[in-house]
Amino acid sequence: MRDVAVIGVGLTKFGELWDVSFRELMMEAGARAIENSGIDGKQIGAMYVGNMSSGQFIRQEHISSIVADHAGLVPIPSTRVEGACASGGLALRQAIIDVGSGLHDIVVAAGIEKMTDVLAGVATGALATAADQEWEVFVGATFPGLYALMARRHMYEFGTTEEQMAAVAVKNHRNACFNTCAQYQMEITVDDVMKSPPVTLPLKLLDCSPITDGAACAILASAEKARKLTDTPVLVAGTGQASDAISLHSRTSLTSLQATIEAARKAYKMAGVKPDDIDLAEVHDCFTIAEIMAIEDLEFCKKGEGGKVTEQGETAIGGRIPVNTSGGLKGKGHPVGATGIAQVVEIVQQLRGEAGKRQVDGAEIGLAHNVGGSGGTAVVHVLRRGD
Amino acid sequence: MAVPRFWREIPNRYNLVGARCGNCNKILFPPRSICPFCRRMGKLEPYRLKRKGKVFSYTVVHVAAEGFEDQVPYVLAIIELEDGPSLTAQITDCNPDEVKIGDEVEMVFRRMGEESQDGVIYYGFKGRLIKP
Amino acid sequence: MDVGIVGYGVYIPRYRIRVDEIAKVWGENPERVKCGLLVEEKSVPGPDEDTATIAVEAARNAVKQAGIDPQDIGAIYIGSESHPYAVKPTATIVAEAIEATPDLTAADYEFACKAGTAAIQTCMGLVEAGMIKYGMAIGSDTAQGAPGDALEYTAAAGGGAFIVGKNGSETLAAIEGTYSYTTDTPDFWRRDMRPYPRHGGRFTGKPAYYKHVLSAANGLLRQLQLTPQDFAYAVFHQPNGKFPLHAAKELGFSREQAAPGLLTPTIGNTYSGSTMIGLAAVLDQAKPGDRLLAVSYGSGAGSDAFSIVVRDGIEDKRDAAPKVLDYVNQKVYIDYPIYAKFRRLLVK
Repeated sequence: MRDVAVIGVGLTKFGELWDVSFRELMMEAGARAIENSGIDGKQIGAMYVGNMSSGQFIRQEHISSIVADHAGLVPIPSTRVEGACASGGLALRQAIIDVGSGLHDIVVAAGIEKMTDVLAGVATGALATAADQEWEVFVGATFPGLYALMARRHMYEFGTTEEQMAAVAVKNHRNACFNTCAQYQMEITVDDVMKSPPVTLPLKLLDCSPITDGAACAILASAEKARKLTDTPVLVAGTGQASDAISLHSRTSLTSLQATIEAARKAYKMAGVKPDDIDLAEVHDCFTIAEIMAIEDLEFCKKGEGGKVTEQGETAIGGRIPVNTSGGLKGKGHPVGATGIAQVVEIVQQLRGEAGKRQVDGAEIGLAHNVGGSGGTAVVHVLRRGD
Repeated sequence: MAVPRFWREIPNRYNLVGARCGNCNKILFPPRSICPFCRRMGKLEPYRLKRKGKVFSYTVVHVAAEGFEDQVPYVLAIIELEDGPSLTAQITDCNPDEVKIGDEVEMVFRRMGEESQDGVIYYGFKGRLIKP
Repeated sequence: MDVGIVGYGVYIPRYRIRVDEIAKVWGENPERVKCGLLVEEKSVPGPDEDTATIAVEAARNAVKQAGIDPQDIGAIYIGSESHPYAVKPTATIVAEAIEATPDLTAADYEFACKAGTAAIQTCMGLVEAGMIKYGMAIGSDTAQGAPGDALEYTAAAGGGAFIVGKNGSETLAAIEGTYSYTTDTPDFWRRDMRPYPRHGGRFTGKPAYYKHVLSAANGLLRQLQLTPQDFAYAVFHQPNGKFPLHAAKELGFSREQAAPGLLTPTIGNTYSGSTMIGLAAVLDQAKPGDRLLAVSYGSGAGSDAFSIVVRDGIEDKRDAAPKVLDYVNQKVYIDYPIYAKFRRLLVK
């Protein structure tokens, strides 16, 4: 496979965007990415759009055609990619494979979810379709419920505390304050999290990522082409993807996501890096416990110590390994299909040194970790400065 | 859930009928059509699991799944069955504060929900603590 | 008659509401209610329980106690006033849940509170005729009583299941005779599409309950040439605590013979489950050789009387499943608001 680089990124404001439609949202992110890359739309060879469930959220399937049409890019091949909340990360990976294979020189990887055109109850029901309908949802499982089962077991096996989980939310909200695209630009305290309403204990409202509208877009090119187009290309050093059983009860562990471990192993190997080499990471913190498990599974710390290192500030900006500098899913928001691309937008901005107040000094290598469902899919990307 | 979709799984939902692989002897629940360990060499046949198990993890649900709103707070658990496999189930007839990891449970027959007020009623399994 | 009971099982939900709690809501004097009905508290089904789930738990207990292969059950009949569906049998749900399907016959019965004992008689006939090996008769209810009505103090939830088979080493009690008394007497009814039954107040007493219970019991005693002194226990349908004790007295039974089978004071009236659970409670403590009288009553109206002789096998079998008192004693009290939520009395 030939080397692939990211040459432009674009992000919309994340939040409850009542006055913006699905189509407008996607065009906004796309236009920003194109502008950021400096290319002309005519140079684009193909596009991949990550989207979890437009069918349930806006009762519209076949969005690949809508996106290509509204972007004025017909008749290029346009493909929707779905892997629940990992849809964005998977779309990116498909775009990488497309460019890497030599099929096209410039390819768009986009992600979008318009979630607030339905009531919150309908949205949470739609999200629950990422879990096993027959054997989890039928018996009364909710999506937060599944992560709460992991949290309870993590607490039991490793002594992780609710305060340590709260520390994840506190950190990510603080980071989000420096991100103008973030849904929540406000600080919260551990006490706020602990006193927030119970959702599915031990998870409380402020342990959970919100329902969000948003879109993100990245323009990929062959590394060769990228060097001609930009002075600051960001190389895709490694990509890894793995699957696991959709239902928690069919997995070998509740305290690790095997799909994350396997996807990371592949991505690290392809990039030729070790976890120690990573300067910053965007990880899939759909719930606070998910970030704790992710930093363990990505080997940023020992298994079982994710809560402790978070509490000690090792994952804060300025810490040993800054995690979710963008605010993460918790602070920035979680438009599910867009999340995987939005993570890469943050890594690219950081590696280019364009992250402003949340900039990680001297960032050379970054990692993005995107999870589908409760861990049935995971995709990890390692990006490196290419200048 | 559409009627045929519910009806198809009645033996599994009412009586914990899973599968046993005649090749590797592993017991599987929920049922599958291919043994994930032996794949094409596997010989799956229906197997009724014993209704006993232990709580492996649990959560107290305050924001209910659709159809369970009247039962909050309810306990959702992963139960390790005596026969080996684990399943996800509610723990019924308990005070949410009393459930602990390791508690013994028996699987009982309960009403899980309904299609609508004039639709079919879904029945299935829930766990119930076995008091020593 | 050469049939007997091969196994039995009961189930009573764990939730209870006290008479005082209901009386408080309607501004009644709880002591007067308790004294008038001889009822202290009643069982309430949990939000995930209905007549089918109660019947399944009772039926599974019966199969466990009987130690039989459920595939040998040739008929299942379930009596109830609160079948979860107006059309679609409860019996098929139970048959599937105890793995008795598919080679059997099944149907739902309705005869107010005596549909369960009518099911026993049907099973007796089928077994006696050699048409089936075992028959299962169930009485199960999540009884309805309109809020504010006198019935609300007693309308409870529970069920009992009896497996009937040919007399032999398997039977723990022999049914030596049955006698029914039936007339058209509208003392209590529920019209189609109506949620709660209506009743004739004091009319439910003398011309209804007493006339039928006493006639059936006397008919059976006459037929078998027995007197109350031949019985160790007597069980009657128990809409409240008072009626069965009074019926016992009228027939010449002592309070000692009637008290062990009287559960209404602590669990309320489980409608179709009532006589079945009462009979099970007596079987839980009877000795081999004891003779029991059981008389059901169904409004509308009719009574089925049974004379049952306990056999040696009972002592090996009856510890295999939870007993009536295990369920009676396992209880959690709820208040009226929670009761209203569980019984779906709140309009949303």
